[in-house]
This record gives sequence, C-alpha cells and structure tokens, in this order.
Amino acid sequence: MRRHLLAEWTKLRTVAGTGWLLLGLVALTVAVSVVAAAAVSCTSAGCAYDPAKISLFGVQVGQAMAAILAVLAISGEYSTGMIRTTLAAMPRRATVLAAKAAVVTGLTLAAGTVAVLASMLVGRRILLENGFTRGPGTPMLSLLEGPMLRAAFGSVLYLALIALLSLGIAAAVRDSATAIGVVLGLLYVLSILPFMIADPDWQKLLWQFSPMNAGLAIQATTHLSTLPLSPWAGLGVLALWAAVALLGGGLSLRLRDA
Amino acid sequence: MNTTTTRRSGFARLLRAEWTKFRTVRGWVLAMAGAALITVLLGLLSASGSHTSCDGACPAVPVGPGGEAVEDKFYFVHRPLNGDGSITVRVTSMTGQKRLPDSTPGSRRVASGVVPWAKAGVMIKESMKQGSTYAAVMVTGAHGVRMQHDFTQDVAGRPGGVSQRSPRWLRLTRSGADLTGYESTDGRQWSQVGTAHLAGLPDAVQIGLFAASPGDLTVTPGDFGGSSAASRFAAATAVFDQVSLRGSAADGAWRPDDVGVTLNPDGSPHHPGGFKESGDTYTVTGVGDIAPLSDGQQIENTLTGVLAGLIVVIVVAVMFITTEYRRGLIRTTLLAGPRRGRTLVAKALAIGAVTFVIGLVAATAAVTLGKAILVANGNYVLPVAPFTEPRVIVGTAVLLGAAAVLALAVGTLFRRSVAAVITAIVLIVVPYILATASVLPAGAAQWLMRLTPAAGFAIQQSIPAYAHVLGNYTPSGGYYPLAPWAGLAVLCGYAALTLGLAVFQLRRRDA
Repeated sequence: MRRHLLAEWTKLRTVAGTGWLLLGLVALTVAVSVVAAAAVSCTSAGCAYDPAKISLFGVQVGQAMAAILAVLAISGEYSTGMIRTTLAAMPRRATVLAAKAAVVTGLTLAAGTVAVLASMLVGRRILLENGFTRGPGTPMLSLLEGPMLRAAFGSVLYLALIALLSLGIAAAVRDSATAIGVVLGLLYVLSILPFMIADPDWQKLLWQFSPMNAGLAIQATTHLSTLPLSPWAGLGVLALWAAVALLGGGLSLRLRDA
Repeated sequence: MNTTTTRRSGFARLLRAEWTKFRTVRGWVLAMAGAALITVLLGLLSASGSHTSCDGACPAVPVGPGGEAVEDKFYFVHRPLNGDGSITVRVTSMTGQKRLPDSTPGSRRVASGVVPWAKAGVMIKESMKQGSTYAAVMVTGAHGVRMQHDFTQDVAGRPGGVSQRSPRWLRLTRSGADLTGYESTDGRQWSQVGTAHLAGLPDAVQIGLFAASPGDLTVTPGDFGGSSAASRFAAATAVFDQVSLRGSAADGAWRPDDVGVTLNPDGSPHHPGGFKESGDTYTVTGVGDIAPLSDGQQIENTLTGVLAGLIVVIVVAVMFITTEYRRGLIRTTLLAGPRRGRTLVAKALAIGAVTFVIGLVAATAAVTLGKAILVANGNYVLPVAPFTEPRVIVGTAVLLGAAAVLALAVGTLFRRSVAAVITAIVLIVVPYILATASVLPAGAAQWLMRLTPAAGFAIQQSIPAYAHVLGNYTPSGGYYPLAPWAGLAVLCGYAALTLGLAVFQLRRRDA
C-alpha cells in the first residue's frame, strides 16, 4: 500500500493542474463567501440568515474544484493511456483506487481546511461590521462554540466527501467530460429539484436524497429543528453517496478492461 | 460560378461536414436524446409532485379583460349608471387593521394600520361579475392617489395619505368608453390623474364607492434556502362625504355588495366588509384586492428538467470540439476548411441548431404534458396571454442552443474538456442555482440573474411582476430582474462574445 500511495502522490504532485485546482478551491471558496457575507443586510429586528451558512457560502462553488481534482486523478489517466501503465505496475486494482482516494482526500482536506478557516474568519468579520446579530441583544455565536465548530469541521469533511464521490463516478464513467457532467448534475441539479415541487412530502424526500442539500446541512446553526435531516445525518447521506460511487467505480475498474 | 455562390456553397459544405460529424458519433446522439428525455421526465416528476384539493370543487378563478387570472374582491357601494356621467367624493379618512404573525400559536394578534396597497375611492365597473372591466380613482395606504383600470394598469397621482385635516377629493367621469380620473385637495382646483379606454364598455354600468385591502405580506428566507411569502388578513375602512353623482344614475338607495367574498362552510361570509351610512357620510370597509393574481402554478414550473438537460447539452457541445483536439481530427478539419473562423462558426451553428431542435421538442412535450398533469392533480394553472406559452417554449429552446454555442466556444478556448465543462457549468448553471435555491439574499440573487449568462432563464417567466401588487418578486419566487427577451439577450451576448474570442484564438494558435 505504501508503494501505491507514493506512486499516486508522485503522479498527482507532478501534474501541472493540481496546484492550480487547489489554489482555485481556496480562492473561489473565500471569494464567494466574502461576496455573500457582504450582500447580507439586516433589519432592526435581527438577521434572518444563518451566519455559518453565509460565511461558508463559497463551499457551494469551491466544491467544483475538488470535483475536478478527483475526476482528473483517474479520467486523466484514461485519456492519456497512462492507466495501462499504472495497472501493469500495480495490478491490484482496488488498492490503486484506494491509494488514489487517500491522496485526493488528503489534498482536499488540506486545501479545504485553509479555505474554510479563511472564509469563516473573513466572513465573520464582514458580518460583524454589517451589524449582524442573532436577534435584538443576542450577539453572533463565537467561532469556538459547538455549532460553529461543527459547521467548519463538517464543511472540510464535506469537501473531502465530494472529492471521493467524484473519484468513484470518474472510475465508473472514465471519460472526463462525461464524469464531470454527471458529478455536477448530481450535485447542482438534484439540489434544486426540491424547490420546484410544491408537495411538501416530496420536497422533503428529494431534499434528503440530494447529496448537496443533505451534505450542507452540516453548515446549519439556526432553525435546526426545521431541517429535514440533522446536520450529521445529512453528512451521512453524502457519505453514503460517496461510498456507493466508490464501490461502483471500484467494481467497474476490476471487472472492465482498461 | 461567381464568388458569392462559391462562398455560400463553401459554407454549406462546412455545415454539412459538421452535421455529419455530430450525426455519426452514436454517444452524442444518444446523449442529446437523453437530454430531451431527462428534461421531460424531470418536468413531469415535478408536475406530479404538486397536488391541490378543495372541499368539493375548487372555486373558479375570475379572469380579467386581458386574459390574466385576477383577484376581484372588494366592497362596492354602487348604483346603475346609463350612458355618460361622473362621480365626485371627498375621502376624509382611511384606517385599517391587520393581523400580525402569531407570537403564541392559536392566539390572534391584530393591530391597527393599513397595508401599502390598501385602496379606497370611486369606481365605474361594467357589471358586478368578477373580472369585468373597470376603472377607478383611489387613495392608497402608502402610494398616494392612483388611477387603475383593468387590473394590470396603474397610474400614479400625487403622493401622500388622507386625514381629517387634509382630505382628498376624487372624481371619475365617463364619456363613452373613455374614463378620466381627477384629484383635488380642496374640491375646486382639479388635476387629472389619468385616462382609461375600456373597450366594449356597455351603456349600462355600475358606479360607486369601494374599499379593498390586500393581505399583509411578509417574506422570510426559507430554512433550507430560497424564500417563502405569507399573506395575513388585513382590512381597510374609508370615510367618504360630499358624494355627488352626475348623469342618468338611478335614484334611490345605494346598493352595498361584498364582491367575491369567500363563504364559510355554514354559508356566512368569511372576513366580511361593511357599509354604514349616516347623513351624508359613508363608511366603507373592504377586504381583498382588485389586482392580477399570482397564486397558482406557472407554466414554467413544468420546465424543471431543463437544468439537467442543460448539463448534458454542455457536455456534448464541449466534446464536439475537444474530441477533435484529443484525436487530432482538428488538423484534418482545418485542412479541409482553412478559413478557421468560418469553420468554427459552422460548427457552432450545427451544434446550436441541433440543440435548438431537441430543446424545442423537449420543452413542448414538458409544457403540454406537465400542464395536463398539473390540472389533473387539481392545481390551478395561471392562464397567460396567447403568445406567452410559445415564447416560453421557443425561448427555452433558444436558451439551450445559446448555451451549447457558449460551451463549444469555451471548449475551443480551453481545448481540454474538463476545464471547459466546469467553466460552462459555473457560468450558466451555478449562478441560477445560487440565485434560486440558496440562502443568498434577494438583492445578490437579482444581480446574479442580471450579470451572468444565467440571465437567459428570464425567458421562462410567464407571469410578470406588477409594481402595484406586493409580491415575493425574487428569483426564488420565479421572478427575474430582467425582462424575458433582455435576459435571453444577455445569454446570447455572452455566447457571441465567447465565440468571437474562440475564433480569434483559433486563428492565432497552432492546432
């Protein structure tokens, strides 16, 4: 396994795009979060917005970068033919995928931590300058309180799970353009579907089913009781998606010719 | 053969070559068919997820003279009028009450005050039938004097409210089918507010005093994104005096009518209005509104699936060019069509046209079938003007076609499929999702729908936002800041600009 990890790490490290994608993840997340925080205006009665969701808003765009990184880690090899060399050198295919998953997860966790921390700190500062309060006389939660910590830590995990989901799909689909289309369709289109259905039961069901909506429940710090899923259960739904995708990708890698 | 025909046949040849390339890759053809299928299926899924049921039959929704669904619910104190005539009144007070959100569930809290568009004044209306043509001059809660007619039309007079100290005089005169509204602060010096031509106004009409108050609207951000609007009961009471009628109005008493009042199961009116006459003073209380209605299913609700179809279209359009780079076919293509700009334009035209046709078929099927499902589930589908439905369908097809051209151009610029697919999706799909289904504040959401290529989705809006009706006019409520064609023009502009850039780069770089 160590040999596998080293090989995958070397490959990903020496590909030109990796650094840019990780940089893009951080930059996009922070930039979009800052814009969202600056756009929030509050009335005298308090602010109707969730401070954690707003200051981590950029994750919804930044996750696309994590998805590309993961997709390219495997479909890039298919488009260049490198995959045949890889599998000749390391014939245990499941281990190859596991090594890829570990390396991609590690990189995403690292970049995600930087992105989330920066977004939280900058977003909070902007919100406070805009006079953000939870209600009359109730100040905003500090970053060290339970729900805020959970939102920050969970968002990093969220990004890693998105990367794993993308890796699994790319291993199954192989073509990079198709894989990225499927991943983004799964994330964005499923996320909006609940809002287009009037029936509340369907709405709730689709919301719970959508990897992005359910996964981002981890960022909620207000109105927790009205969420269709508790924050950790929501992240669990995304983890389930990632597990199923990895399983499908792994099987396809094992059973099909490269 | 002269040069023009050579050039033209040359372009036709390029176009045919590109069409052949598309047609002969089975994956692309299947993907495009899949895009149409997913668009229709998701649309039908969302249509069948919407149910409405009423006790017994749902009440019929009145339709205004322009064909739009309207709310026509107010208190009317009236007399018949034959031919020309006029009514003049003085309004000395306008008060009201509105229900506040429950602080403890079950206990009602009512406060005094009028909502911004509470209205009271004088009106001439074709008949007592809901939805019939009318014109009215009125004072409003917070928008001064207005003249409105036929539900959708609204002209502002002077601002300011009314009180015992500063009453407002209102006058409405009829001459044939032309009605003119006037206002005055002293009953001597009159200024014209506006005129209305009511086509087909019969000789015999109803003339009188009215009052109405739309519900008190609060918009709250949704708990998991988007926003929701709630409307609570509100009533307005106006005091009139110095009432004078000119023309051949029938003598006798005023007839009070609570137009369109909803009935409780026991047959008594729910939230009734009222009328009191003491000497020369008339007090009229009204609940409801005289305005276009926006409660109901909009035809674009059946086009939910377009977003999923759009992603497939983007992937195919990007691959239409990036595959040529990967396989080296681009060198053959450019050898056969050395004028690179024209070759790329032919390619864009081919993918754009294919997507347009697919989109047209999918949108037609989704809207037609989706509407039938909505109606079968007991939903009220808001009627639209005759050309609105074709505009929504054809516009959706143009939206998809323009997105395909944009994706192709981005693919040409990047040459790499992943980067191009992501860029196209982040440009078109992501802004739309952030604007309609996230916790983003409405102001920011509106800017996204103005500035990004996602503005093109405005072409799907079938019910316009009315300045004289309070509503949840945000992207998440289905209302976009740009007019339909303006929004589509923004998307087409982006597509044209990117294609221009791609042509420039293609000519400059080695393939």
